[in-house]
Amino acid sequence: MNMSAALSLVALSVVLALASSAASLAAVRMPMVVRLLAMPLFALAGLSALAGGLIALLLGDVVTATLPLGLPWLPWRVRLDALSGFFLALIGVVSFAVGVYGPAYVRGLEKGRDSLVALGGFSGLFLTGMLAVVLANDAFLFMVAWELMSLASYFLVAFQHDNAANRRAAFLYLLMAHVGGLAILLGYGVLASFGDGFAFDAMRAASLPPAWGSVAFVLAFVGFGMKAGLVPLHAWLPEAHPVAPSHISALMSGVMLKVAVYGFVRFVFDLVGEVQWQWGVAVLAVGSLSALFGVLAAMMQRDLKRLLAYSSVENLGIIFIGLGLALLFLGTGYPLPGVLALIAALYHALNHALFKGLLFLGAGAILHSSHEHDLEHMGGLLRRMPWTGFLFLVGCLSISSLPPFNGFVSEWLTFQAALQTWQLDSGVLRSLIPIVAAVLALTGALVAATFVKVYGVAFLGQARSRHVRRARPVPHGMRAGQGILAALCLALGIMPVWVIGAINAIPEQLLGAGLPHSAAEGWLSLNLVAANGASYNAPLMAVLLGLFVALAFWALRRGAVRRVRRCDAWDCGFAPPNTRMQYTATAFAQPIRRVFGHLFLVEETLVPRDDGSHRHQLTIGDRSWGLLYVPVTRWVESASRRVIRLQSGNVRVYLGWTLATLLVLLWIIS
Amino acid sequence: MDHLLSVAAAVAAVLQALLYAAAAPLLVGWIRKVKARLQNRRGPSVLQPYRDLRKLLGKEVRVAHTASPLFRAAPYVVFAATWLAAATVPLFAVDLPTTAVADLIVLVGLLALARFFLALAGMDVGTAFGGMGASREMLVSALAEPAMLMAVFTLAMTAHSTNLAGVIDFQLTSDFALRPSFLFALAGLVLVALAETGRIPVDNPATHLELTMIHEAMLLEYSGRHLALMEWAAQIKLVLYGALIANIFFPWGIAQSLAPSALGIAIAVIVAKLMLLGAALAVGETLLAKMRLFRAPAFLNLALLLALLGLLSHVILEVGA
Repeated sequence: MNMSAALSLVALSVVLALASSAASLAAVRMPMVVRLLAMPLFALAGLSALAGGLIALLLGDVVTATLPLGLPWLPWRVRLDALSGFFLALIGVVSFAVGVYGPAYVRGLEKGRDSLVALGGFSGLFLTGMLAVVLANDAFLFMVAWELMSLASYFLVAFQHDNAANRRAAFLYLLMAHVGGLAILLGYGVLASFGDGFAFDAMRAASLPPAWGSVAFVLAFVGFGMKAGLVPLHAWLPEAHPVAPSHISALMSGVMLKVAVYGFVRFVFDLVGEVQWQWGVAVLAVGSLSALFGVLAAMMQRDLKRLLAYSSVENLGIIFIGLGLALLFLGTGYPLPGVLALIAALYHALNHALFKGLLFLGAGAILHSSHEHDLEHMGGLLRRMPWTGFLFLVGCLSISSLPPFNGFVSEWLTFQAALQTWQLDSGVLRSLIPIVAAVLALTGALVAATFVKVYGVAFLGQARSRHVRRARPVPHGMRAGQGILAALCLALGIMPVWVIGAINAIPEQLLGAGLPHSAAEGWLSLNLVAANGASYNAPLMAVLLGLFVALAFWALRRGAVRRVRRCDAWDCGFAPPNTRMQYTATAFAQPIRRVFGHLFLVEETLVPRDDGSHRHQLTIGDRSWGLLYVPVTRWVESASRRVIRLQSGNVRVYLGWTLATLLVLLWIIS
Repeated sequence: MDHLLSVAAAVAAVLQALLYAAAAPLLVGWIRKVKARLQNRRGPSVLQPYRDLRKLLGKEVRVAHTASPLFRAAPYVVFAATWLAAATVPLFAVDLPTTAVADLIVLVGLLALARFFLALAGMDVGTAFGGMGASREMLVSALAEPAMLMAVFTLAMTAHSTNLAGVIDFQLTSDFALRPSFLFALAGLVLVALAETGRIPVDNPATHLELTMIHEAMLLEYSGRHLALMEWAAQIKLVLYGALIANIFFPWGIAQSLAPSALGIAIAVIVAKLMLLGAALAVGETLLAKMRLFRAPAFLNLALLLALLGLLSHVILEVGA
């Protein structure tokens, strides 16, 4: 296996994704084409990207190629290195699981009125766009692929466009994606003007004055941060992600946000050149804010997919905390902790792709079999859909960063990076990072609370509505798609040493420094930075945990009384509990809402009903609308009103403007 | 020789884990005894918790019709995770192999795993009390866990190690100095320990049938060996926090080698330390009243603030100096 084989595999993956898109065109006549041909091709594309990406990551080499496409003087260049290999593998693995899951899910949509041509066709284009972004080696191809990704996903968000809320969400997404795209384009413009050309190699070779470097950084941070859904530019994300079909939500939350992370890492760690520590402070601040705000907002939600979307804001916040730590350490001249933080961020990106993909597929399974997305109507699903329930539990444990699952490893790494603070010289920075660590710890604990709520309300207890009471297990394909991701969540939690060894190729290539090889010491035990510094032996711990459970189980099964008798719930001897007496999602979140509620616009009202009783109504608003979006909208509107005065309808006035513009331009260039 | 040493260390580690499980009810019995004496009662024997456990283990298990398989699996997971967490905290000897398996962050993670399943089990039957307990437990832990992490990070950053053995070694080998950061961390950790082990003033361990209960509300539907495991896990958690506070902040007396004499002294010392801490807890619980639930966030924010102050005073005052 060599790098050119890897590149061929990735090229094959792009071709397969396009073929999946093309095959869907036949769905005009035969809707089953999407399920029988397009989704399998999609899965194969994912598998092929996974294989190509893994080979590239493990070889740790670079291969480039020039495509016979693009403009005559600006051909499209592609490049496969460890960083793009890592993200290709990430895209590939989730796409593969989605491709396995998809056919059964799409079957449920065949009877509906929505066009499967659009669903299948744009899914393929969406995947093509994401693969091409990661492969691009010049700003031209990057932006074309970026727009392809954004536009294809816009059509997927607008898939069920009968609903006005969906159209509104899709438009908001389109608007924000383009504002972000504009910022990225300008960022590349800054690099290209110093680097003499749009090729990444030229940008890499150029050296920017620090001021212009900061300008490029800010543009890239705004652009990629908007796509990644960082607070306060997150408003589109909880609107757009939930309304797409669930397997597409899994791709958008799990993968597309990671493409934004890829873009940011490529831009800031690779292309800009010398990093400055001030950037790290900015990224840390925004990352912490996103993490805390995202999880609190998720806690307040009662729509499962919306909750998961807010939780993506939180996870992207954690990833950017890692990236911010990396920038801070690298900018102050401490490569080793910087590398550690970068690895933590990339590890978390991979983990988030896996468990958020898994959770969205689980939400899709619930939607498929009970047509329910409101937590308040769920309940008791574990007994009705045992496999989905079990796999969803794995996702909840992983996202709550509990050992021995994968989320814990990346949180552990991020904390270890934060604990390297003592090396820094500046007292201000030294005291900044502990506060970030506290925010991260608070976030982690709140995530656990959020997912106890999700799992407890949706899967445990008793069904709260008729649809849910009649829920049936989902088809095998859907279970398999979730099973792949759940197995990987566990595998990545138990084998962190191998994963870190593979990711280590990325900083070695980008920054010329990696973790020392002694990091993996002895028997698969993580031992970072210094001997006896920090250790986590994940495989042994998982085995011990299993052993302790087995021991307790075995010891107690041998007791004299083995019988388990079924009876009514006791509940302190009050009236026998019915389904309406269960704790609801809103009730569960009430204490936390009371403690953190002032961060949101919480409105509790009593609406009188005809029979004299009252209905309690609770709305939770996002303050970012009032603080940022409404003022910006107002400003844009008033600016447009002023510009409209130019539009008098008189041709002579227009000609006058044209002449004036020409004169000004001539004066500028002369 | 090396091989023999590692075998001895492994045996010591297993012994330590067993000691945690075996001694946990005793500490609870001791606290109850002291508390009873302070209240002018004679109180039950210190061995009463053992008798309770034996009684529960011999009883038939009753499970609600509405319970899912998770309800029956949860006690085992809670018990195993708590016990494993305890096994990583040095009780009488440092440098045991278990401390290399899991560091302080893993310890917090394992306790979080146990709590996650405990809260899920509370919600499983679908009773109002269970959900209420789970919701409150997650609120308390959401505020207590960051405080706990900040407190242990203060130690970890001082010792440049998140490994518990590393922290204790650092304490034993460095010259004695009254570090302000440690005082803050100690205060923070004590408050966290009170909240996490469900003691007054956050929760009352001696109550059922009270609308303010947290931990007990989640266990309401359990019976028989399931209840025994849950109770036992709570007792182990109490010893864990006691040993953590005693051995991190006052490690003197802990065995640094595996010589029998050193081990003997270490066990005597840790018993004395735990008895002292238990008596202090009993005095505190006698003097204080339980808080309202919505006073608990202020209490825990104080813990977080203290722990954060500890960390900040470390990075500002102690690193540069």
